Order: sequence, then structure tokens, then C-alpha cells
Amino acid sequence: MAIFQLVRSFFDDPNALWVISGTTLLGLCSGVLGCFAFLRKRGLMGDVLAHSTLPGICLAFMITGSKHPFFFLIGATLTGIAASLCIGWITRYSRIKEDTALGLVLSVFFGVGIVLLTQIQHSDNGNQSGLDKFLFGQSASMVASDVQVMGTVAVILLILCFLFFKELKLLCFDANFGRSLGFPMRGLDFMLMLFLVVAVVIGLQAAGVVLMAALLITPAAAARYWTERLEHMVLISAAMGAFSGILGTWISSVAYHLSTGPIIVISATSVFMLSMIFAPQRGLLAKWIRLMKIRKQVARENLFAWIYESCEGEGNESVSIHRLNHHPSLKKHKQMLHQLEKEGYLQLETGEDGKPSVIRLTEKGWETAYETVLYKRMLEVWLMHEGDLESDVHSEAITSKEQIPDRLIPELRQLLVRHGHEPKRYQVRSTPLKEGVPS
Amino acid sequence: MNPPVSVRNLSVAYHRKPVLREIDYDAPEGELIGIIGPNGAGKSTLIKAILGLLPLASGEVRIYGKPYAQQRQRIGYVPQRESVDWDFPTDALDVVMMGRYGKLGWFRRPKAEDRQIAMECLRKVGMEAFANRQISQLSGGQQQRVFLARALAQDAQIYFMDEPFAGVDAATEKAIIGVLNELKQQKKTVLVVHHDLQTVSEYFDSVLLLNMRVIAAGPTKEVFNAENLQKTYGGRLTILPGNSGLMVAR
Repeated sequence: MAIFQLVRSFFDDPNALWVISGTTLLGLCSGVLGCFAFLRKRGLMGDVLAHSTLPGICLAFMITGSKHPFFFLIGATLTGIAASLCIGWITRYSRIKEDTALGLVLSVFFGVGIVLLTQIQHSDNGNQSGLDKFLFGQSASMVASDVQVMGTVAVILLILCFLFFKELKLLCFDANFGRSLGFPMRGLDFMLMLFLVVAVVIGLQAAGVVLMAALLITPAAAARYWTERLEHMVLISAAMGAFSGILGTWISSVAYHLSTGPIIVISATSVFMLSMIFAPQRGLLAKWIRLMKIRKQVARENLFAWIYESCEGEGNESVSIHRLNHHPSLKKHKQMLHQLEKEGYLQLETGEDGKPSVIRLTEKGWETAYETVLYKRMLEVWLMHEGDLESDVHSEAITSKEQIPDRLIPELRQLLVRHGHEPKRYQVRSTPLKEGVPS
Repeated sequence: MNPPVSVRNLSVAYHRKPVLREIDYDAPEGELIGIIGPNGAGKSTLIKAILGLLPLASGEVRIYGKPYAQQRQRIGYVPQRESVDWDFPTDALDVVMMGRYGKLGWFRRPKAEDRQIAMECLRKVGMEAFANRQISQLSGGQQQRVFLARALAQDAQIYFMDEPFAGVDAATEKAIIGVLNELKQQKKTVLVVHHDLQTVSEYFDSVLLLNMRVIAAGPTKEVFNAENLQKTYGGRLTILPGNSGLMVAR
């Protein structure tokens, strides 16, 4: 009940509504822009830009003496741009690589910002209080006018991203090709940087310079797990950013004394973690399940092949289970024999000690084992003769029996016979291999 | 009649170290041209310099007698496959569609017609079945063919290809040769950076032998001989005796 009342009071408070719309817009906007930064491999750039806005904010306050968000926006944008120009300049004209340049610029700009901040706090200006909220953000302090400025800027950014979508995609995927087409890629790169600076600046009040970068990059990284299309990735990232904004604001308003910015970042990170684990294709869980399936499938096929080839080599109808103990990889899969017995592929005959000792394939088992061995050997012959066989399928694409094109099968079978490598047991039901062999 | 590509006194330097020196070259119209040379000879650099992707230390480039910037629409480019990150959220068709962006210009989105053209280009390289495949799911050769299709979608007059044959499978090699021959029949000029000396005579009408400077240029029959290759590769080439003319670069 207490929580319910808190939620109600939250929505009754008009300023809380402004705060939540502000953080939602911020999440939305940084989600969209973050995608491009992420794909352009500029993940760390957001962090540098965020930190480098601090001296701009301080300078804007020192010069104008006002705390209007518009002046902060200008000041922060200017030093943000200066930082990005510095990075570009260092990487292009010196031997220093980008990672070092990022580290240098971040610490220098942030250091200057802290110096200026301390300077302001020690000055006699009575208006100085509250500037330090830009360090970690304080979204509760946002008022209508802040959110209006934020919202306007965010909408402009989103429209620009929509307009330049094609060009930004080109920039992120293959900038050199884009340049050869005549698009000014350096200009576009700078434009993207500018967008990022502006997105960072509008997020400063809510998330602060230290944490703003997380809002840019986390939703994008999370969205990448869910899709293979840039269009969808941008939308998903925007939705995740907005959701994190709402969730973070809500949690921090329900639980007292938790500041909003960090909670938003934690929400975004949780979304990322969930994506990383549970995403259907790229997620860790899906990958693990796929790996397990493949392992099981391979073990199964190898087991069939091993039983078949043991019988084939000695002309026996069955094979002793003890020989499996000497097989380097199959001995781990002994329990699979029971599974196969249950499925009716084989019979395990019990020895004197009461334990299974002999493996005997059933009719169904022989059929499967024969097919398995046939395809395994066709694959080998295929790899040997790839160059001779008239085909536009290349071996790189063929790794399992399902991928052998049907029209190649007669040819491969003939080759098997020619090499004396055809499976020699259980040909009763399958087409005899000897047929159609050129003399 | 202006040559399709004309390079005058072109030099390129990385960090003061010259990579290309005083290149003078006129590409013959409507031919398949191989750019041949050892590693570090500046083959890719030459292409990039012509395309304006690198700053020139000196010299100038003319495309049909005009500066490159005015002739972009007539040029197609196949970069090295490794130059991009293939784990990008997009599919093969979408990459080929990028070849249309130059004609589309700013802000305009690809239309149904561009889609059709892109699809047709994928078909030409035997990749229509993979149109909707995410690009990191393609094999190296298939990725190379996607790049080739993208260049075809540019519908250009002159093509620059940076090592299209590098590390590809037999099927891709065949597809690329098919495309090259088709381009030649359409009287297009194609410059190809090429590594495999064995296939030079078979693929190319003329060659440009390069090792920081132009060693020799002209019809393959006249220029592509042991003497010029020795000059190009210096001591790094062993020419095995015999009719096969087998050459091993090391």
C-alpha cells in the first residue's frame, strides 16, 4: 500500500512528470545516437565528450554568471567539440594511437573542469551553488524550462538522425567507400561527433558528466544482441534507453535518497545484461544451447560411425563395448548408448558380470549408421576432389551432410567406389553403389 | 580522346616516408588492367590516391580528362574485404544497395528500382540466394562477391578493385572472372590490384608493374616478361626454368 501511495504521489507531483519526461527523452535520444557511436567503434568517445563538457559548463557560468541551461549548452558543446578536434588532431598528426589520445584528452579536459569548478566554489559569487550537480547529475532538480530545452534539442537530433540515416549507415560500415561515392565522410564524422556532444550535453543535468557515456553506449550494445538490421537496432536501442530512463526515475522516486542518474545507468546495464544472456541468436545462453546440441549431434554421429566401422573392419555383426574405453573422445559418451538403445537403434547385450558388454545394431540402427558413414565419406571425397567436380558450391560452405547438394551425390558415390572407400556393410536397402560406375 | 584514368607525377607519402614516387600512367580504355607488384609496392595506395582517399604529396589525377570530383558517378570501387567490420547489423542486399547511394545523393532513400538493380547485381555474382543473409554469416569469398556486386550497382564506367582475388575460393574466383569479362564486353575499364603472378596473363589485357614507381606498363604480352618482373620484384622473385614459366614470389 505504501508503495502504491508513493507511485500516486509521484504522478500527482507535476515536477515529477517533467523529470520523467526529461529522462525518457534523454534515454530515447542517447539510445539512437549511441547506435552510431557503437557501430563506428566510438564507444569510449562518448565518455571523453561527456567529461570534456565540464570545463565548458564552468566557463559558461564564469563568463555569463547565469545558470540558464542554454548557456551551459553552448559552453559544454564548445569544449566538447574542442576535445573531439584534439583527438582527431592527435591521431592524425602524431604517432599516438587513438586509445592513448582518448585517455589524454579525457583526463586533461576533466582536470581543467575540476580546477575551474573548485575556483568557482571558492569565489564570492553567491550564485555558484549547484554547479557540482553536473558531476553526477541531479534530475530531481530539473524544472519545466530545462525539460523544454532538452526536449527541443532531442527532437531536433532525432529528426537529423532520421534524415541522415543512409549517410550515417555508410559512415559506420564503410567510410572509405562512402568517400569514393563523394560523400564528405570527414564532415559526416564530425557531424556525428557534434550530435554526440549535444546528446551528452542535454543528458548532463540528469546523468552527470561521469555517467552520461553509459547512457549512450549501453542501450546500443544491448540492442545489438536482438537484431541484425540497423533500422531495428536503432528502434530497439531507443526503446531500451527510454525504458531505462523511466525505470530509473521511477525507482529513485520510490526509494528515497537514491539519485536518479546512477539508477538510470544501472537500469540500462540490467537491460544489457539480460540481453547479453537471453537474446535469441547472439545471446550467451542461445550460443551455449547451440554448442551443446552440436556436441550431442557430433557425438551421436561419431558413435554410429565407430560402431559401423568396427563391424566393417572385422566383418562382425556386433562390437564389444570395452573397445569404446580406448576411444579418445567417444568414451565420454557411453551413456549415449543407453539413449540409442531406448530409441531402438541398438541392443546392448549383457555380459557375465551383468553389465552391458556387446553392442549390436538393429535394422534401424544399421540403416542410420550406413547413412552416417556414407555421408561422412562422401564429405571426405568431396574435399579431395573439390577442384575436379563441376560445381559452384565450395567446400567452405559444406561442413555437414545436409549441405551436400543432391546433384553431386551420384558423382560422389562413384568416386567412393573408385577409391574403394564405399561403406561395405548393409547395402541391402540402399541403392547398390556399383551401379552406374563407368568401366 | 582522353584516357579513362590519367595519372601525372603522382607521389604519396606516409609520415614523410614516400610510398609512391612520380607515377605517370595512362590507363587504356575498355581493358582489364592488372596492377602488379610486391607487398608494400603501393598498389592499394595508388588506387586510394586516384580515388582521393589519401592526400597526394604531389601530382594530379584525371578521369576522362576531368578532375575526379566531377567524375565520381563514373567510378566504381571494390575495397579490400578486410577494410570493414563484417559484424555490422545488415544483410547482403543492403550492402549492395550502398552502391546506389552515390546516384541517390543526400537524404533520398533507395527505392524499389534500386532494390531491383541491387538484386540483379547479386544475381550476377551468384549470390541472389544470400540476399537476406546477415553479412557476418557469409564466407570470405561470399563477402568478396557482395563487395563486387556493390560496385556493379554503382553502374560505373571505370572500376577499381583492390585485391578481389585475395583468399577466395574457386567459386568466387570464377564469379569474379565472369564479372570481369562481362565488364570488358561492355567496354568498361577495370583496374585490378592482383597478387597471383600465375594468372596475370590469363586474366589481364594489360598490366601496370609497380614498385613505388612505375616499372613497366603496357599490353600483358609485351610487358609481362621475366626481365620486367625481376625489376619489379628485385631479388624476391625466383623464376623457375621451363616452358611453364612458373614464377614464385617470395
